[in-house]
Amino acid sequence: MPPMLEVKNISCSYDEARVITDLSLEIRAGEIVAILGANGAGKSTTMRAIAGLLHPEKGSVLFEGEDITNLPASQVIRRGLCYIPEGRRLFSRLTVRENLELGAYTESSREAIDQRLEEVFAMFPILKARSAQRAETMSGGEQQMCAIARGLMSEPRLLMLDEVSLGLMPSLVEKVFETVVEIRRKGVTILIVEQMVQEALEIADRGYVLQTGKLVTSGTARELLDSDEIRKAYMGM
Amino acid sequence: MGNFLQVLIDGLLNGLLYALVAAGLSLIWGVMDVINFAHGEFLMVAMYLSYWLGFLLDIDPFISWIAGGIFLFLLGAVTYRLIIKNSLGKAAMAPLLATFGLSMLLKNFCMNVFTPNFRLLSGNWLEGRTIAFGGAIVPLPQLVTALFAFAVLGVLYWMLKKTRLGWAIQATAMDKEAAELMGIDTERIYLLVFGMGGACVGIAGSLMTSYLAVYPEVGGLFSLIAFVVVALGGFGSIPGALLAALLIGLVESFSGFYIAAVVKYVAVFAVYLGVILLRPRGLFGW
Repeated sequence: MPPMLEVKNISCSYDEARVITDLSLEIRAGEIVAILGANGAGKSTTMRAIAGLLHPEKGSVLFEGEDITNLPASQVIRRGLCYIPEGRRLFSRLTVRENLELGAYTESSREAIDQRLEEVFAMFPILKARSAQRAETMSGGEQQMCAIARGLMSEPRLLMLDEVSLGLMPSLVEKVFETVVEIRRKGVTILIVEQMVQEALEIADRGYVLQTGKLVTSGTARELLDSDEIRKAYMGM
Repeated sequence: MGNFLQVLIDGLLNGLLYALVAAGLSLIWGVMDVINFAHGEFLMVAMYLSYWLGFLLDIDPFISWIAGGIFLFLLGAVTYRLIIKNSLGKAAMAPLLATFGLSMLLKNFCMNVFTPNFRLLSGNWLEGRTIAFGGAIVPLPQLVTALFAFAVLGVLYWMLKKTRLGWAIQATAMDKEAAELMGIDTERIYLLVFGMGGACVGIAGSLMTSYLAVYPEVGGLFSLIAFVVVALGGFGSIPGALLAALLIGLVESFSGFYIAAVVKYVAVFAVYLGVILLRPRGLFGW
């Protein structure tokens, strides 16, 4: 069976500056895969290129065997690939409920939307309590839950999470990672970008390590956790 | 007392009209950060459309507002496609100068084709009709126009707040990239918003033809007032535009009656300056 997502030799630049060079990776259905690396390694750029927010100069992105390299972001989501960007990016002056409704913007059936709402409310009961509240009035952790729930509202087959733990207190970070595992259990394939390398590798099956826009190593989570090089470079051990 | 009520009613009726003229400008600014300098000329085009429909085909402005709304929606959408889209993301002044150019084009085109003369449509259904209200005389064309304006604003506000399309428009205004990640085609939203801004001013222009004369320069004063209303109410806020427009309408009518007719716009702009000095983001700005 071919991989669910195949990134083949992509290169991306911002304003002439090369950010990613000749990067390839693949994700198979049902996996949790982590992209790791220091700040500026090109992790988010990779995600943005897959999501269609920017288009690589070279290389291609295949999702479920179809070329999505040059599709705009608003089309990529229709294929079942959802990107939750860094910093939550909620629609701050809309209510929680309206944010979630927009997460299912590509779905036109009212019943389907209501059913998905029920599912995400079951997963995040706090959002149900907050549903009439403006998104900006919630705490950071609640906003992160809302961002994840909004992503799930599109019923993606592949969910890409960018720095979901950023700015959260440790107990919430743990909860977010538990949530990610729970989402995978429901059959969603997951690609995460994380700076909390150890925590990410504990839930991931495999990982890719980037440095200044290039792939330096990849392997199973176990291999990466056991690698002295990785431990020294990214975990401060 | 009779005078006071009359002046109050005149102010409110004018204010409601100003609110509808300003709403389109406010919507476009709020969503796209673009100031449409051709807004007044859009109004003028709608007035000519209704004038000629009335003059040649005997269609009353209280029917031809539908044509005005549709035509100006299309004019707004075409303006977006041909002019705004290409100037977005360039220098900040580019869309502003481009729409300024469009306003000159429209104005001078009408000047050439229709001459600079004032044209007042006569023989309208409500022409000269009034109702008496507690000692005041309320002209029906103005009253019906004001009620229409209020209804259109209500529909616009409901659409923005309560429908999926409205949420998508608000989402595009707040975070365009995040909106695209939801599957919202922001290009289409922009096109639609420019069209809706045109439709608002188109409906206003058509209705006004029932009691106001049309001439190529008619947009100038109205667009100036619309800019004041939008800035005063807070960019992008429809309730803000409504309240600011009512305030402007009242200031205009009271100062015009109790001080002198010649100072009414002095008073309007003085209030504007005062509010902006104290509260630069306007009364209801985001």
